[in-house]
Amino acid sequence: MYSQGLDGKTASSTETIEFLERFQKRVDAEEKIEPMDDMPAGYRKTLVRQISQHAHSEIVGMLPEGNWITRAPTLRRKIALLAKVQDEGGHGLYLYAAAETLGVSREQMTEELLEGRAKYSSIFNYPTLSWADIGAIGWLVDGAAIMNQIPLCRCSFGPYARAMIRICKEESFHQRQGFEIMLALCRGTNRQKEMAQDALDRWWWPSLMMFGPPDSESKHSELSMAWKIKRFTNDSLRQKFVDATVRQANFLGLSVPDPDLEWDPDLNGGEGGFRHGPIDWEEFRRVVSGHGPMAKERIAARRKAWNDGAWVRDAAMAHSAKRQRARNSAAAAAS
Amino acid sequence: MLRLRRVEILTESTPLWEVFIRPRNGLAHKHVGSLHAADAEMALIGARNAYTRRGEGNSIWVVASIDISSSDPDKSSEDFDSALTKAYRHPTFYNVPDGVENL
Repeated sequence: MYSQGLDGKTASSTETIEFLERFQKRVDAEEKIEPMDDMPAGYRKTLVRQISQHAHSEIVGMLPEGNWITRAPTLRRKIALLAKVQDEGGHGLYLYAAAETLGVSREQMTEELLEGRAKYSSIFNYPTLSWADIGAIGWLVDGAAIMNQIPLCRCSFGPYARAMIRICKEESFHQRQGFEIMLALCRGTNRQKEMAQDALDRWWWPSLMMFGPPDSESKHSELSMAWKIKRFTNDSLRQKFVDATVRQANFLGLSVPDPDLEWDPDLNGGEGGFRHGPIDWEEFRRVVSGHGPMAKERIAARRKAWNDGAWVRDAAMAHSAKRQRARNSAAAAAS
Repeated sequence: MLRLRRVEILTESTPLWEVFIRPRNGLAHKHVGSLHAADAEMALIGARNAYTRRGEGNSIWVVASIDISSSDPDKSSEDFDSALTKAYRHPTFYNVPDGVENL
């Protein structure tokens, strides 16, 4: 999902078997791990990577939607989109703070992102070509994100779980506002409905890729599951998303761009589900490793924002230092 | 010039602050998270924007993280486990015969 780049990588640690077993026992007992607790190096490393990638995704995720704020069709749409993008900035902040509790600095993480070394969700490397894309992102991308993030509220690492609880609470309106946009377009003119269909056509497959590689190729998954960082596998969450979303697309009167999509009564342990066609994992690997259509623009936009804000950060620190000096000399004069 | 040099990124880092919010009068301020800010005034502004966008509270405290002293997590069992064996500090430890009320 927001940490797709992790999959396939293995963690290693040099801890004793006894230590690892003791730690696993705590995790198995559903005890939360807090920042100052002893933890395997692999657990710490996995979390730093996952949380920082998640944070980067929130921050980069502001860009495709920010692209449409000035062109939102009504004031109602504009305030909703502004609030959503503002939330994403906040979510990035909560997550960077959670990662910082593991000993990595905000500056390090920012540096990795700006130098193009950090990964973030592949979905944000696609362009937002029409207003309908804002509807599709809220409906599909936030829908997929919520499906992935709700289990993260029970993550074994306390600060991450707490950040996710806040995020999930705040994000619940994001998906609805997207669906509302899609519904308005689908009930509008033919041209509007075509826009909605075009957006679904372009965002459907990238949304399915958000859940990461298939379980058969996701070696890292197993360890993350054992450590209760992850609660469900990529494929099971993807299936849950498909089952929910196909029905919503039907309600909208849109067709899912998958000729192989069919009801399979054997899926979901015999309860039935929608079996989707093959996913283009080649495209996924290309986009997640920084070769998506908008990858260069996204990083360039973040660099520009960082550079343009440099004088503000410098001024704030200079002002703070000046006031500290004034306090110090006042204290010296008084003593 | 978009390419950033390392030195530009590693500017002096802004201090970290812990944010506490009182949901409403009558309740205690509770830790909700942290943020970076140059000084207390900016930390308060940032905390307002980041942590109270949906009526989460009516009062904010910010405390520089560096000023917080914490008990030693390695001594956690020696600090806290002994309390677990002192059942006599709880009312349920004591026997009250049937028929005795208001005790």
